[in-house]
Amino acid sequence: MIELIKNPNINFLGKKYIAFVVSGILAVIGIIAIVQIATGRANLGIDFAGGTAIQFKFEKPVALHDIRAALENSGLRDFDLQDLPTVNKILIRVKQTEQELGQVSDTITTILSQKFPDNRYVVDSTTVIGPKVGSRLRMDAAQAVVMAVIGILIYVAFRFEFKFGVGATVATFHDVLAVLGVFFLMGKEINLILITALLTIAGYSLTDTVVVFDRIRENLKMRQKDRVETVMNSSINEVLSRTIVTSLTVLLSSFALFFFGGEVLHDFSLAMIMGVIVGTYSTVFIASPVVLLWGGARPFAKK
Amino acid sequence: MKKKVLWKIILIGITVVLAVVFFLPNTPVFEYMPEWWQKSMPNKGIVLGLDLQGGLHLVFEVEGDKAVTITTERFASRLRELLEKKKVAGEVAVSGLDITVSPSTNEVRKVVEDNYPNLVVAETGSKLVYRISAKEATRIKDSSADQALETIRNRIDQFGVSEPTIHRQGENEIVVQLPGVKDPKRAIDLIGRTAQLEFKIVDDEANIAAELPASVLPGEEEALVRQIADRIPEGDEILFEKKINKETGAVRKLPILLKKQAVITGDLLSDAKVNIDTQFSEPYVSIAFNAAGAKLFEEVTGANVKKRLAIILDNTVYSAPVIQEKIAGGNAQITGNFTMDEAKDLSIVLRAGALPAPMKMLQNVTVGPSLGRDSIEAGKLAAIIGTIAVVIFMILYYRLSGVIADFALFLNIVLLLGAMASLNATLTLPGIAGIILAIGMAVDSNVLMFERMRDELRAGKTPRAAIDSGYDKAFWTIFDSHVTTLITAAVLFQFGTGPIKGFAVTLSLGVSINLFTALVGTKSVFDIINSRREIKKLSI
Repeated sequence: MIELIKNPNINFLGKKYIAFVVSGILAVIGIIAIVQIATGRANLGIDFAGGTAIQFKFEKPVALHDIRAALENSGLRDFDLQDLPTVNKILIRVKQTEQELGQVSDTITTILSQKFPDNRYVVDSTTVIGPKVGSRLRMDAAQAVVMAVIGILIYVAFRFEFKFGVGATVATFHDVLAVLGVFFLMGKEINLILITALLTIAGYSLTDTVVVFDRIRENLKMRQKDRVETVMNSSINEVLSRTIVTSLTVLLSSFALFFFGGEVLHDFSLAMIMGVIVGTYSTVFIASPVVLLWGGARPFAKK
Repeated sequence: MKKKVLWKIILIGITVVLAVVFFLPNTPVFEYMPEWWQKSMPNKGIVLGLDLQGGLHLVFEVEGDKAVTITTERFASRLRELLEKKKVAGEVAVSGLDITVSPSTNEVRKVVEDNYPNLVVAETGSKLVYRISAKEATRIKDSSADQALETIRNRIDQFGVSEPTIHRQGENEIVVQLPGVKDPKRAIDLIGRTAQLEFKIVDDEANIAAELPASVLPGEEEALVRQIADRIPEGDEILFEKKINKETGAVRKLPILLKKQAVITGDLLSDAKVNIDTQFSEPYVSIAFNAAGAKLFEEVTGANVKKRLAIILDNTVYSAPVIQEKIAGGNAQITGNFTMDEAKDLSIVLRAGALPAPMKMLQNVTVGPSLGRDSIEAGKLAAIIGTIAVVIFMILYYRLSGVIADFALFLNIVLLLGAMASLNATLTLPGIAGIILAIGMAVDSNVLMFERMRDELRAGKTPRAAIDSGYDKAFWTIFDSHVTTLITAAVLFQFGTGPIKGFAVTLSLGVSINLFTALVGTKSVFDIINSRREIKKLSI
């Protein structure tokens, strides 16, 4: 039997205050990110902000600053560039403009054909999102997050006592906020696919937490004389290897996606990797301590 | 006990066979199947999303308000004719949605209200202001969206796209999905242009006509019109003809003063086709009018000999030839330095008819075929590497039991692909991510059971007892953990756009099937091992 940790007996709940400080910081960053997103000061993807994104694949390598100069000289404003130099790909994003939708992409293709006549390109993808669709997608995303939270709360409330519901929800929120916060700090694009990743992370993190709670509930029934904190600690220790093994397998597939899944899924898999790590941490260090604090020192007296 | 295991194995066998049959169309093997198989067995399989096979996803908004404005204008001009015919003195003016009629006498009022029940009085006084009733306006908007849908469908049919999806969304939006289109820009132009064909008489008699500049640069049109606005005669307007210098490619816009009232419109056409000019070997579009149109064309040309007749499409003048004589027969030509494709597209839109109102593009997501191919390849590679990594990890960590978990994992993948194929589900790029994540999560059920079994073994139970109680104790935990993932997947499905729906589908199917493979698949393997002989040691 290979075991990651032999009969672990770690006092996780004893470290709850350190964990609360760390998590508090992460959560605050996440909340700041949400405020910045809501007020339009974050790097919103064009699916939320509206605008035009075109990805070009050139035959020969092309320098980013040449493209920038070509576009600026032609009077294009308010755009940003991103490149994947290994495959000669350039992504041009233009925020919402006064121009009619669709014209921006024509303008850009014309400029590039004229300025780089001996470097042919193909247009990999074009995405044009009007302001109406952008705001609708923002609403949809917000709605989805709220719906997911309500769904999770209802399920946990149905399967567990209320204090467990609070612990699970806090831990889940914490994970989503942490990943969102880190993405915001890294200046990554906040877009639909990130929201998808965040909701998946919420689902995964909750799964992780529920497994621990199941064990705590079971043990509390059997060991009614022990201190709640002791029971919680040993429950976490009991399922620790499952927590780590499952996180590892999900991490393995997320890393496969990150390294080999192609450029479109790059940020998605990065978010998943972070989410799995944070989710595992919060399961151990956040979820149960919250239940303990919320319920008081001896909240689980005989029923 | 033994019988129960046998049933489980049969159940697994049937589901695997079904999965393979459904998934077959997605494999090259399908090509080699006998004809009866290809015809009568499932032959569609998993459908690739636009992001994987390349194509266009467009959302247009039909500007229903403009359709109401257009109807208002038509009502006004008919009303004017009607008053004239009935010899009732009255002035009719139209601005936006308001039809102003004066004087406000009972006689005038009676004519309007008897003949136009859909007009309601908005203001009375010295003048009467009429508007189209709210109910009628709603009907016009709704029917303009229906008509636009029909027209777009016609255009796309004639353009030739295989398996397009065109449908209405919400009140006034139209969604168009065109897989595998090679020239997206051309397709967008074809669908989006209003294609309102009009013939108007050029007003060369007004003073301002002679003073117009020969041409302006593109972008300067509005400035010119603004500059001379107060000198344009009542009932006239300025439109522009686009001229392209063939050698330099430079574009100039020629201003032309026209009588605003169109003498003939495109709804009187019966046909439009591409011809090649023999002299310059340049394509042009020849149009034929229907009987009513031909008669009108003859009258108009007869009454305006030596004047110029402008051919206008969507407010751009294509040509303005001088009418040499009365033209009978109802044929005309539209020239304009077209390329072959442009001429062909123009003939398509003229045949399919004009949109009832202009459309605004709300969204355009176009994926080129090469990016789609790259994405599929990358997705496959990631899936294979992810699977191998998980498989190896499970064997290293759980030994023989790990092999059993891996068997369940493969079963999971096969059934997932089969289930998707049986639903003809759409596989998108996020969907591939969903599959890969499901692979990572799939082993969780087994991990939960194995860890329980280890606990039981440590507690001193026999391997068989450990297996059984491990399963029983893990069941509810496994169930709970699946439900939580399904909740988020359901939400994603509800709110997501195409690609994200694909993710929700693969993730939720993967998780649901996992419940089956873990509880039926893995368990029966353990049962088989157990039933042969009493195992002394569990390799876990």
